[in-house]
This record gives sequence, C-alpha cells and structure tokens, in this order.
Amino acid sequence: MTALAALIRRDVSVALRVGGGALIGVLFFLTVVVLMPFAVGPDLALLKKLGPAILWLGALLASLLTLDRLFTADHDDGSLDLIVMSRTPLELACAAKALAHWLAAGLPLVAATPVLGLLLNLDGTATGAVALTLLAGTPALTFTGMIGAALAVVLRRGGLLLSVLVLPLSIPVLIFGVAASNAALSGPSPFGTPFSILCALSLASLVIGPFAAAASLRHGLD
Amino acid sequence: MKLSGHGLRCVRGGREVFSGLDVMAESGRAVAVTGPNGAGKTSLLRLLAGLLAMEGGSIGLEGGDPELTLPEQAHYLGHRDALKPALSVSENLSFWREFLGGASPTSAADAAQALAAVGLDHVGHLPAAYLSAGQRRRLSIARLLAVKRPVWLLDEPTSALDVSGQSAFATIMTDHLAGGGIILAATHTPLGIAVQELRIGSVG
Repeated sequence: MTALAALIRRDVSVALRVGGGALIGVLFFLTVVVLMPFAVGPDLALLKKLGPAILWLGALLASLLTLDRLFTADHDDGSLDLIVMSRTPLELACAAKALAHWLAAGLPLVAATPVLGLLLNLDGTATGAVALTLLAGTPALTFTGMIGAALAVVLRRGGLLLSVLVLPLSIPVLIFGVAASNAALSGPSPFGTPFSILCALSLASLVIGPFAAAASLRHGLD
Repeated sequence: MKLSGHGLRCVRGGREVFSGLDVMAESGRAVAVTGPNGAGKTSLLRLLAGLLAMEGGSIGLEGGDPELTLPEQAHYLGHRDALKPALSVSENLSFWREFLGGASPTSAADAAQALAAVGLDHVGHLPAAYLSAGQRRRLSIARLLAVKRPVWLLDEPTSALDVSGQSAFATIMTDHLAGGGIILAATHTPLGIAVQELRIGSVG
C-alpha cells in the first residue's frame, strides 16, 4: 500500500508542478467551450440544446490530449523499468498511475464544468447533471485510454496512434454521458438508465484497463 | 547466494545479440561484463533484470528469498536515471525508497545517510533538473543504498562520475560485497575493486 500511495503522490505532484502539464487539458477544454458560441452563433436556445454535447466533447478531447503523458515520461527516464521490476504487481501500479492521472487531469475538467456551463447558457440543474456525468464518465476515459497509452509506449508511435486506438473505446462513454445529461435536461427518458450504464462502463474499465495495460507493457519490454 | 545463467540467448529486433552465454556470480563477488560496443552487455543485464524476453536458456538465483523472483531482488542501474526533474533530490530518493519497499520508521534518517554517502546532502532541496550528469548518477547510486537488494545489476555505473565519485562508489561496492551481495557490472573502465571478468562478443 505504501508503494502505491507513494506512486500516486509522486505522479500527482509531478503533474501539478512546472512542466507537468496537468492544466493543459483544462485550458484546452476552456478553449473549445469558449470558441463554440462564436461558431454556433447568437442562438441561445440552440446553444442550450447543444451544451451537454459540447461539454462532453471538450472533456473527451482534453482527456485524450493529456493521456500521452501517462507512460511516456516514465518510459523515457527509465522509471518504468524499475516499476516493472518492483515487488508491486504491475497491474496495481498501472491502476495507481491511472488514478493519479485522473486526479491531476480528469478531476479539474469536472471542476471546470460549472463555470464553462455558464458560457453555454446552461442552468444550474443542467450544469450539475453534466458535471455529475463527467464525474462518473471521465474515469472510464482515463482507464480505457491507459490501454492505448501503454500500447503507444510499447510501439513507439506516440500520440497519433494513441488517439486512433482510444477513440473507438471512448465512443460508448460519450454516447451514454451525453444521453444521461440530455435526459436530465429535457427528458423524456429517465436520467437513471443511461447514467447506470455510464457507471457500469467506468467500473468495467477500472477492472479491464490495468490488466490490459500491464499485459501490453510486459509484452513489449525491450 | 549464487546467481547463474546457462545458455542464454538474446534476440533484439530480429538480430541475435548473443547465444549460449553462461554467466555465474556468487555472494561477495563482482563480475565485470566487458566487450566491444554492441556486444550485448546492456542486453545481458536487462535480460537478468527481467526487462527483456529470454529467447533461450535459464536463469536461477540460489539462496535468495524463494518467494521473490530475481528481478524483485535486484537493483538495476541503467543509462537512464529514473529521476523526475520537477521533484527535488530528496523527494526523488524518498519516492524510490517507498516504492521499492525500503520505507521503515527510520526512513528519513536512512535517506539522508544515503544522500550523504554519495555526497549530495547539500543539494537535497534542489529540483533534480538542476543536477549535473555526475550528480544525477550519484543520486541513482543513492537509490542502491536506500533500498536493500542483494543483487546489483549496474550498467556503466561510473560513467560521468569524477575521480572522488569513482572511489566513493568503489567503497560502496566493496561494502555491498562484504555484506554478501552480488554485483554484475557492464563497464569499459576499471571499477576499482577486485572483479572476475566476463568477456562477451569478443571480435576474433
């Protein structure tokens, strides 16, 4: 446990310090959402209707942008070798790294949602619903994205490959995230159904992600 | 304790680096792996550290902890220093201490001792980004001291070290061997301690 806590602490503090890049995601999210009203035009009703989808898209792209950092930094400086050799199971180490990444890069997106909701003419309930669905859905984005991040490190192709690999896995999360937000906003379907599926996606990815990432890291050792 | 590898074969990128290689190291002995560039010195160490897939042969550690694999009982000191530039020198060291399982109630004192042993106690608060190549190497060596592991796999351990650093490291290695440890070091320069030489890939 000490080992995992130490790993989470290190990753979070590295991400939050100068050059760590945790806030790049939030800035990107901000840019997407700020530009959207200018692109859509001064139609407040339309903006309100598109709001949840825009917030979800922004958050998804922002989390794709920062996923690259999950393993590459550790691979480049040799830390990954020592993590693979250590007495901590690699699966748990991967899960700890993903959790740290979510704390540093995913949680700020959720925290920024209420502010950005104002720019999209969303009321309190709607913003709350989007923030809640993001809170439930972003772990799924991080943990499935981790599989792509591990493969990208192993195959040495970096960011481009990662986005292509991760995109199909994140589509279900996007669909049910936006569906749940829209259900809370306008009905007629209940909020609970898509939200439960979103939570299920997150829980499944919490289990599958670390195993798949650890397997790909082990397989691709060189 | 005895570390032995028999008939090791290593293939990287479709090219055979070495095959039929035997390696043996006993408690209290240091083995220097020498050979020309590209002979497979680093590959051999990474193979023993479990960081490369073995194409053939067997590796065994007699007299170690039967519950643990060889990589779990070994330190690997590679070309890359495993340091985070954003963290301070002592944060880097205490992270590896905690993660590799060396943390104990006396952890702070021991980490400080390890830093003092490599002559970095005066820069403990500096971010690792400001360290020179030699200082980074010293900090990696401090990791070997902060966490106890019987087997040390060292890849060019003295590169970038100055003369006093090399002699301090020779003392550190002598102490480790005196405590029954095993050292395998890939090197081009004399380590300053008594070694058995294992020459690989000698060109005819």
